[in-house]
Amino acid sequence: MAVTETPTMGSYLRSNMREYGILIALVLIMVFFQVATDGTLLRPVNLTNLFLQNSYIIIMALGMLLVIVTGHIDLSVGSVAGFVGALAAVMIVHWQLPVPVVFVACLLAGAVIGAAQGYWIAYWRIPSFIVTLAGMLVFRGLTLWLLEGASVGPFPKLFQSLSTGFVPDFFRDEKPNLTAMILGALAAAAIVWLSVRARARHQRYGIEDEPFVVFAVKNALVCFALLFISYLLATYRGLPNVLITMAVLISAYTFLTQSTTIGRRIYAIGGNEKAAKLSGIRTDRLTFLTFVNMGMLAALAGMIFAARLNTATPKAGVGFELDVIAAVFIGGASMSGGSGKIVGAVIGAFIMGVMNNGMSILGIGIDYQQVIKGLVLLAAVIFDVYNKNKQG
Amino acid sequence: MTAIMEMRSITKTFPGVKALSNVNLSVAQGEIHAICGENGAGKSTLMKVLSGVYPHGSYDGDIHYEGDTVAFKGIADSEHRGIIIIHQELALVPLLSIAENIFLGNEITHGGVIDWPETYTRTRELLKKVGLSEAPTTPVGKLGVGKQQLVEIAKALSKKVKLLILDEPTASLQENDSQKLLDLMLELKSQGITSIIISHKLNEIRRVADTVTVLRDGATVSTMSTPISEERIIRDMVGRDMESRYPDRVPKIGKVLMEVEGWNVWHPEQAERQMIKNVSFNVRAGEVVGIAGLMGSGRTELAMSVFGKSYGQNISGQVKIEGQLVDTATVNRAIDAGLAYVTEDRKGLGLILEDPIIRNTTLSALQKVSTRSVLDRGAERQVAEEYRRALRIRTPGVFQQVMNLSGGNQQKVVLSKWLFTDPKVLILDEPTRGIDVGAKFEIYNIINELAAQGRGIVMISSEMPELLGMCDRIYVMNEGAFVGELTREDASQERIMSMIVRGDKHGGH
Repeated sequence: MAVTETPTMGSYLRSNMREYGILIALVLIMVFFQVATDGTLLRPVNLTNLFLQNSYIIIMALGMLLVIVTGHIDLSVGSVAGFVGALAAVMIVHWQLPVPVVFVACLLAGAVIGAAQGYWIAYWRIPSFIVTLAGMLVFRGLTLWLLEGASVGPFPKLFQSLSTGFVPDFFRDEKPNLTAMILGALAAAAIVWLSVRARARHQRYGIEDEPFVVFAVKNALVCFALLFISYLLATYRGLPNVLITMAVLISAYTFLTQSTTIGRRIYAIGGNEKAAKLSGIRTDRLTFLTFVNMGMLAALAGMIFAARLNTATPKAGVGFELDVIAAVFIGGASMSGGSGKIVGAVIGAFIMGVMNNGMSILGIGIDYQQVIKGLVLLAAVIFDVYNKNKQG
Repeated sequence: MTAIMEMRSITKTFPGVKALSNVNLSVAQGEIHAICGENGAGKSTLMKVLSGVYPHGSYDGDIHYEGDTVAFKGIADSEHRGIIIIHQELALVPLLSIAENIFLGNEITHGGVIDWPETYTRTRELLKKVGLSEAPTTPVGKLGVGKQQLVEIAKALSKKVKLLILDEPTASLQENDSQKLLDLMLELKSQGITSIIISHKLNEIRRVADTVTVLRDGATVSTMSTPISEERIIRDMVGRDMESRYPDRVPKIGKVLMEVEGWNVWHPEQAERQMIKNVSFNVRAGEVVGIAGLMGSGRTELAMSVFGKSYGQNISGQVKIEGQLVDTATVNRAIDAGLAYVTEDRKGLGLILEDPIIRNTTLSALQKVSTRSVLDRGAERQVAEEYRRALRIRTPGVFQQVMNLSGGNQQKVVLSKWLFTDPKVLILDEPTRGIDVGAKFEIYNIINELAAQGRGIVMISSEMPELLGMCDRIYVMNEGAFVGELTREDASQERIMSMIVRGDKHGGH
């Protein structure tokens, strides 16, 4: 067989159709709504809202990706987020505890909830669908009980800043916000530097198969997007705190999944659990830990959501699990486990978010919105299966 | 006696393999006809041709039955004529009752409504015939394997069976259940039902069979009537030329590397069923030790229970490596102790098929290509390339998904994975199954090379010539126990087979 180290551009794009396809889909959807809403979509205020509205979905999608990669599912995340938001409200508003203490306690509560569910799934081999369906009901009920059916709020400024706070401008008092632009430029520079370095390293080992044109265009687009977005945000109120949180988490989880032994082992579990176990991987412990992690991220998302509304309501988090799971599958993860990327899940979440936002601006009724979102999810997965069959 | 059924020059090919070639089989009216042969000799394939699992047209040759030339298109056709096959894996639905199972697909109905009183009455009659006294409403899953077998026969009787085919019916039965089953076969014979029994157990064959046909490598070797000579059956079963060659090796055998003592294992679900019975064995540095035995004799169960208790429950016994007692209770600890297990089920248990070669190679020793849990891609790539070269894995690159590799190359990837853990002892379970002849020779070379490095090799194989060609010493296993041990000089296919089928400790003639 011939060794083809650097494939032609066409064949490269075709074999990586899934990854580029979803990015192209996001761009097309944004362009469509940008035009359809007469430019409202990318107005600084709307763009800021877009990030605030979707932050909690994206944060939970990071944990859900790991859960789905191991071949499981977590239906309880919406209820857990709602419960932890309520817990935070009760601790701050009723018990008058200091915000940092509450923040840490709530993250721990999330971890404990994740552990309680993961224990049955990993060590007792009870299907995750059942365990987390039970969790979904239990924590919805506990939220109602905790709040006694009423909303609890408002929160102090410090807690609100989790979601609605902005990174202040350290340089001057007028718009556009210079700090935001500098941070955006730094992020763009960092991404380019990292990918150039990675490319050089890959070439040294002879494992690079991305054509240079694709590499250059991709980096140019990413830089442009980052600079453009940070400029737009700078002309409004600057970078939202939650955007920084998201960026840090996305980077950390990308690193975890791509470059650490833990990440590699999680993918191995989803790929073939029995083979992974016989290869010396402690499959039950790792599965347990993915649920602990999911619980913590759900807790963080719950607090951010409560902070954004400035009140904890019994309805908080209803239906979140569906958006989160949809984001991960739109992002290319496989139902049977073993595949899927953090970047994909984030893009998947943005696709859902932009569609929600765009359709709302257009005044499309909630009825049609649901139908359209459902069809997009179905189309994305069909596209996946179709591609796989064509290759296989 | 006239023949009830005759198969003439049956030839059946699968892509790339000739499973049956010009097989003739003639079964007389009212007799019990035994079919013997090694694993892969073509026994089950022949029975599947007869019963229509492989429909008419997918094989060459003729089948004559009750004076007609028949062309079955499926099991329904053959069952309609009274030919019923009971497979090794029972086809009962565990959650349904005995009565429901017996009449499944064949219910007694009036206008689409099941007539339960009639069903239960008929079930009771049938159960009486096979010697069962269970209530017809008992779920089949509550019965032991032996009784389930009898329910299968009752089901066959409900369909007015004329020719009953039993595929290794006693393989998973305890001794007294086996006796009951054989008694029933003789009872059915006295009622005029003809039977074909596939079995490895010569004592059983001698007890019930009127005629024996031996198959080997997809062809009929001999047919003999009573009195049946066990020696002749054994010789005919194994008597093939040593056609494939084995690389030469001058063994340099050192001190004892691994010892397993008093190993006992019980079935993971059926707590009362002992799968491994007080097994002890050892392997020395530089030695290749074989474990011979038929499928289901407990070889894989032994290996997997030793390797991190990956099979069974209530495991007892000791494992020593270089004289030190070691803990092999989890796969991790077994690996740390210096063990590696290359599974017989490459695709199901050995590889992550969708992952590339490189990821499969490093999976068991990721810590060797990482610092503080962060992977070093360059080091990983170097390792994968090293093993690709050393084991001559034929592939465009180490980023090739292993699902696209041939069986031989996949096996080399599994070996790479285990060699990268640098084990002292490798347990190889059917290392050349499903691999073509050329690749087999390469695997043999790798095995010899590993032994020459001073590692101990335990080789499990169903192919006796392979064990004879490769091993310095061979343990013979049957029904969960070791029934003998042979040195390279003493070992022969006849002696091994004789130990297995007769429980003969010495394998002598």
